[in-house]
Amino acid sequence: MDHDPFRWGRPNDATYGGYNTKIAHANPQAGNAAMPTMNTQQPIVTGTSVIAMKFKDGIVIAADNLGSYGALARFDDVERLFPVGENTVVGISGDISDLQYISRLLEDLEIDNNYDYDGHSLRAPHIHEYLQKVFYARRSKMDPLWNSTIVGGFDDEGKPFLKYVDLLGVKYSAPTLATGFGAYLASPILRKVIFEEKDVEKVDEETARNAIKECMKVLYYRDARSLDKYSMITITKEKGVVFEKNLRSENQSWRFAKDIKGYGTQKV
Amino acid sequence: MTTVSSGYQSETTSTPIEHRFNPYSDSGGTILGIAGEDFAVLAGDTRHTVGYSINSRYEPKVFSAGDNILISANGFSADGDSLIARFKNQLKWYHFNNNKKLTIRSAARFIQHLLYGKRFFPYYVHTIIAGLDEEGKGAVYSFDPVGSYEREQCRAGGAAASLIMPFLDNQVNFKNQYEPDSNGTVKRELKYLKLDEVIELVRDAFSSATERHIHVGDGLEILIVTKDGVRTEYFDLKKD
Repeated sequence: MDHDPFRWGRPNDATYGGYNTKIAHANPQAGNAAMPTMNTQQPIVTGTSVIAMKFKDGIVIAADNLGSYGALARFDDVERLFPVGENTVVGISGDISDLQYISRLLEDLEIDNNYDYDGHSLRAPHIHEYLQKVFYARRSKMDPLWNSTIVGGFDDEGKPFLKYVDLLGVKYSAPTLATGFGAYLASPILRKVIFEEKDVEKVDEETARNAIKECMKVLYYRDARSLDKYSMITITKEKGVVFEKNLRSENQSWRFAKDIKGYGTQKV
Repeated sequence: MTTVSSGYQSETTSTPIEHRFNPYSDSGGTILGIAGEDFAVLAGDTRHTVGYSINSRYEPKVFSAGDNILISANGFSADGDSLIARFKNQLKWYHFNNNKKLTIRSAARFIQHLLYGKRFFPYYVHTIIAGLDEEGKGAVYSFDPVGSYEREQCRAGGAAASLIMPFLDNQVNFKNQYEPDSNGTVKRELKYLKLDEVIELVRDAFSSATERHIHVGDGLEILIVTKDGVRTEYFDLKKD
């Protein structure tokens, strides 16, 4: 007996011959065992780290403008920070085509929400929850959106909000956050400024912005898929969303480079 | 989504499945539930990790679901969050439909169905719920990822479960403990522990697990359920 329930009650190939997939343009891959059905299984054009931190009146987030094609620096003007609603920002790293799809989802979400004048505006926790549900649903279909994202803004009580979500639907919040390489290079620096939630009160806007700028510089030093051109968004109650584009990592010092030995052609 | 294979066919000519994307990861952390005579506790550390990275030092994973039910699902946190969200949501519907409290016994059976419903794409979590049974006695139920469950006096789950569980066997169920002078012939009699004894036990278990396991640490959150409701206690753990 044939134990495959999917074949029960179907015309037998031995009697009728195989199904002609050319009829009515049926899925051409169905009869072709060599070609698997494919979803996104790896990122193609990618954006590197997004880094962010809270301070006493809000949050600051930054991401560089590079779109890498493997090791090739392919696009140098990719915007990876997206303001959504009145005072929320989403920073996205990972696959750029999925990033563009997500930015469209967020746009639609905002438009849909603006149809009803109910005085309610989308805030960071709502946008984060929405994104988490999208990511988790896609990973559960084994067709992930290949990104790690950070959502920043204010929560329902008006306190600074910062939360991460990635391609698996994994989410967590912390006073400082970094995706990708930034988790190794930027997080230790940012955690020196803010170690735990209660330290947020002690840090002002300028200190936070300087810490983020310093981290962007360190990332450019050591992350080979990064750029010294980046965008930064600062959100406060007072000034709202302040979007700064085309920032440069200033005061670079490459003196340390001559001391790195063992990778090049030089004799140690 | 098109179905690729039922998995029952005898030939191997089926469409190959790409094996690169892994839908699971390990979020670390550990949890622990202990039942007393008229109370139950469910505790968890607050560290969230992936690999060698600490993602957050305070990401709570033990929740009060309402109706004096504590719940935690430790392992792959996205699955854990999803499971708990579904449980809370269905609890709300249970109230609308039945207008009464959900017993811990029914909650346990329901969670078995939530877990087994995904038997062939499991929630990668060790689930523990705690509360009071119909007689007011402390109850702890623990589940495997696909829904097998059991009521127990105590259970540890997650990354450091194998470190904590033998300690609990000895200190809660008095395993391998004998009356002095009986020369190992008379077992020490079982008795319920008091709440403050249990909290000390939990704190010791977690500070020891923190010493020996890299995925455990930062903070300890203990949720305590009694007939008067749920309360939370927080203690720092080592952050290294």
